[in-house]
Amino acid sequence: MKSASPYFQLFWSFFKIGAFTLGGGYAMIALFQREVVEKRRWMEEKEFLELLAIAQSAPGPIALNTAIFTGYKTKGIWGSFVAGLGMALPSFVAILLIVYYFTDYKEQPGVERVFKGIRPAVVALIVAPLWKMRKTAGISLKTIWIPVGVLLLISLVGVSPVYVILGTILTAVCCALWEGRRWKKMGGAAL
Amino acid sequence: MIYWQLFLTFLKIGVLGFGGGYAMLSLIQFEVVEQHQWITAAGFTDIVAISQTTPGPIAFNTATYIGYSATGSVWGSVLATIAVCIPPFIIMLTLCRFFFVFRDNRYVKRIMGFIKPVAIGLIGAAAVLLMNRQNFGDRISFIIFGIVLLTQLFVKKVNPIVLIVVAGVAGYFLY
Repeated sequence: MKSASPYFQLFWSFFKIGAFTLGGGYAMIALFQREVVEKRRWMEEKEFLELLAIAQSAPGPIALNTAIFTGYKTKGIWGSFVAGLGMALPSFVAILLIVYYFTDYKEQPGVERVFKGIRPAVVALIVAPLWKMRKTAGISLKTIWIPVGVLLLISLVGVSPVYVILGTILTAVCCALWEGRRWKKMGGAAL
Repeated sequence: MIYWQLFLTFLKIGVLGFGGGYAMLSLIQFEVVEQHQWITAAGFTDIVAISQTTPGPIAFNTATYIGYSATGSVWGSVLATIAVCIPPFIIMLTLCRFFFVFRDNRYVKRIMGFIKPVAIGLIGAAAVLLMNRQNFGDRISFIIFGIVLLTQLFVKKVNPIVLIVVAGVAGYFLY
């Protein structure tokens, strides 16, 4: 494998991670770190962590974002395409096979019973991490109204998450603008 | 035209899909269940279950699944999956290119700080939206919900996939 083309190595590394991590997201990060930093040495650990922070805050799946920045750092734009393709391919094939066969079996009473049991479990799996996430998101008594308000707006009032997210970005930008003006007024002393 | 709608919808999900995995759920659900009605709420919950037990991010899984089920063609899957990938590519490549400009940028920092607590609300909303009559039809479903939630909160290191399989077996025998 040593003589393999760097593009193929990128593809293969992300294909492997894409194929063998179930559930997505955070479970993948440790694997990425091992592959990208320790095994392939495409990046220093410090740079990887800095880029990871950006991958987490940019929109889109974190796994895809990580593949994109690693590919870009190693082999430019084409590197990022190859890495992203490797990342996306296993899940694409897996879901396509499932949807192709599942639609035939879905109507069978046995399958429907299985999924009737699974559905409430899935909702519980979505609720469970909220308690832990509260800490990393810095939620306190003072800021608890933000997630609660978002929840009520979407589920009770029926506001689309599209507007909630756009509103959040707009508020953040206004805040930053206002801070910038205040900073200038004070002669650049504060902040 | 359905292909065009699919493309635009998943492009939108790609642009606004902040906060990773579960935080995107309410956005995806709003678009595909409420807005376009490509799938029922119960069907959407099934996709989340399938996503949990197959490789890859939920956003990809949903795009591939809905792309196929809405059009009945593999090309629908291809189109929706590509659409959801385009915005992350453009945004990440821009961020990489101007990494040092963005790293300490006031606006980027503010947006990151604001998105975090909002993402928690988005996840909560996804859960509430899925707590409907289709998914919680009777007492058994509430019992399954309670057991899985308590296991996740108090028993460490239980793989979600194991819980899904157990819930599926329970459903098979209880219903």
